[in-house]
Amino acid sequence: MIAESPILSNQSLLKPILWATLVALFALVPVFLESYQLSLLTLILVYSLLAMSVDLLAGFAGRTPLCHGALFGCGAYGVMYFVSTLRGDPLIGVVLALGLVLSVSLVFALLATRTSGVYFLLLTLALGMIVWGVCQRWTSVSGGENGLRGAIRPEWLLDPLRYYYFVLLCASLLSWTMYRVVSSPFGLTLKGIRESESRMKSLGYNTTLHLTLGFCLSGLVAGASGILYAFLNSFVSPTTVSLSQSVKGLLMAIIGGVGTLFGGVVGATLIILLENLVSSMTERWSMVLGAMFVLTMIFVPSGILGKLRTVLVDHSGNKKSAEG
Amino acid sequence: MSPILFQLLNAMTFAALLFIVASGFTLIFGLMRIVNLAHGAFYLLGGYLAYMAGTWSGSFWLGIIVAVIGIAALGWLEQKILKLVKGIELHQVLLSLGLALMINDCSLIIFGGDTFSVPIPEILKGPMPIFGMFYPKYRFFVLLAGVLVFVFLWLLIHKTKLGALIRAGVDDPETIEALGINIKNIFIFTFMLGMGLAGIAGALGGAFLSLYPTADSEILVYSLAIVIIGGRGSLWGAAVGSFAVALLATFGQLWFPELSYFVIFGPMALLLAFKPTGLFGKA
Repeated sequence: MIAESPILSNQSLLKPILWATLVALFALVPVFLESYQLSLLTLILVYSLLAMSVDLLAGFAGRTPLCHGALFGCGAYGVMYFVSTLRGDPLIGVVLALGLVLSVSLVFALLATRTSGVYFLLLTLALGMIVWGVCQRWTSVSGGENGLRGAIRPEWLLDPLRYYYFVLLCASLLSWTMYRVVSSPFGLTLKGIRESESRMKSLGYNTTLHLTLGFCLSGLVAGASGILYAFLNSFVSPTTVSLSQSVKGLLMAIIGGVGTLFGGVVGATLIILLENLVSSMTERWSMVLGAMFVLTMIFVPSGILGKLRTVLVDHSGNKKSAEG
Repeated sequence: MSPILFQLLNAMTFAALLFIVASGFTLIFGLMRIVNLAHGAFYLLGGYLAYMAGTWSGSFWLGIIVAVIGIAALGWLEQKILKLVKGIELHQVLLSLGLALMINDCSLIIFGGDTFSVPIPEILKGPMPIFGMFYPKYRFFVLLAGVLVFVFLWLLIHKTKLGALIRAGVDDPETIEALGINIKNIFIFTFMLGMGLAGIAGALGGAFLSLYPTADSEILVYSLAIVIIGGRGSLWGAAVGSFAVALLATFGQLWFPELSYFVIFGPMALLLAFKPTGLFGKA
């Protein structure tokens, strides 16, 4: 541990620099883009948040969730229903939607934190399906298959470029918060739980409380990305909350690299661009998504950033032993 | 005719179908620790195969046979693929999820988005009298098939040497190997058996629930609920879970159509909160 500390301090400087570069990059790119590409870029940011929220649980607490599509959808449906159906104020809508997401996350967390591994995955899948089922059948509120439609963006965000920068602001604030959380003692405790829950318990940590808080934070971020999605898309339907949404979020996190947080941005960029490309050529997007999942699990289960990190750490490790 | 009794019969026959699907699912989960999320996709594909073979040959029975053999063969292929990420449960689950997406898309390419029903043979068509009312013969046939599958699996697992090996493999695969038995073949057999059951269920279910592109995820989610309620790898658990889920689904749809999913998964989530391993599951 002591021998590794120089690398750690190096990395702790590296990460904020990387983050700042990334934000600057996302801030500069729109200059070169047309309006369609801009909306695509906004979508990438929205999904980056979803992927990072999945990674917060999957990578740092070691609990792989398949319900984040549902939490994403709770945010989207919540704000959509309040603003478009009830004609409420968007700002209050956002607050209420976040409240809804938080309460749903809390219920999910209380049930799901009792399990781990595959059982956690299955339980969160089933919990997510409840939300989907309710959205599908509770037609008087959710509009059923037709979904809810309405331009709900407040006036000062109507301009696409301004909305893009608003999303960028939200995304960079939230991702920075998540980064701070995972590198805080709280995040380290989550990592400890990932490695061995029983050991953390016997060390006196309240693991259930930590996992529940982690779950709620992750859920809130997923819900926030859902709200941003509803503002962007002006339309939500049961597909927005379906299993395939959760699968997409998880795949983005995995392809980017589980446990790297910023891998979510890489994964989201890759998948959204690919989805856009494939959809313009064939209708076989779901086949491509499935194939990517299969290939990733077989060849790069640690993801792009994960792979990169092992290569880099190996490299610096070798250099050190050569020096020593 | 009492509507409650009628619904009860509906629930029983639905439970029989669910049992056939879920028993295969739980068998694979129990022995190999693989949660095969492609189970629903194989169920649907089995139904399509039975539909194709059934309408082509005019024989319902041939349709079932084709579905069983076809899906079991694909199961053999799937477990080969799953072996590529051997040992890491989570990777296997996610891999099977990817496969599920691909299989479903293949089904969609071949059979399109239309709804199909596997043709029912003449002898099972029409209603039959029972308890002073008329009830479709075919649904009774499904109920009977469910019972037969249960008896067959129970005898296989508890009364044959193969079954003893399967049970021993659940508890301690390493010792079995040390005894000079090729546990890998037993794993492959179990996997194909589970897949075959998905194929049968697809053929049977395809005749009264009909086949359409999202039928797979509905069945998969029901199977998940059953296994979570009943406990991993337990035959009795799968049977009890099937009844519970079928009853909740049938009466939930009748009484609270808008919240029918909630009615199924609410109790399941509660049960899990108090007994994480399910009713019959071992820790």
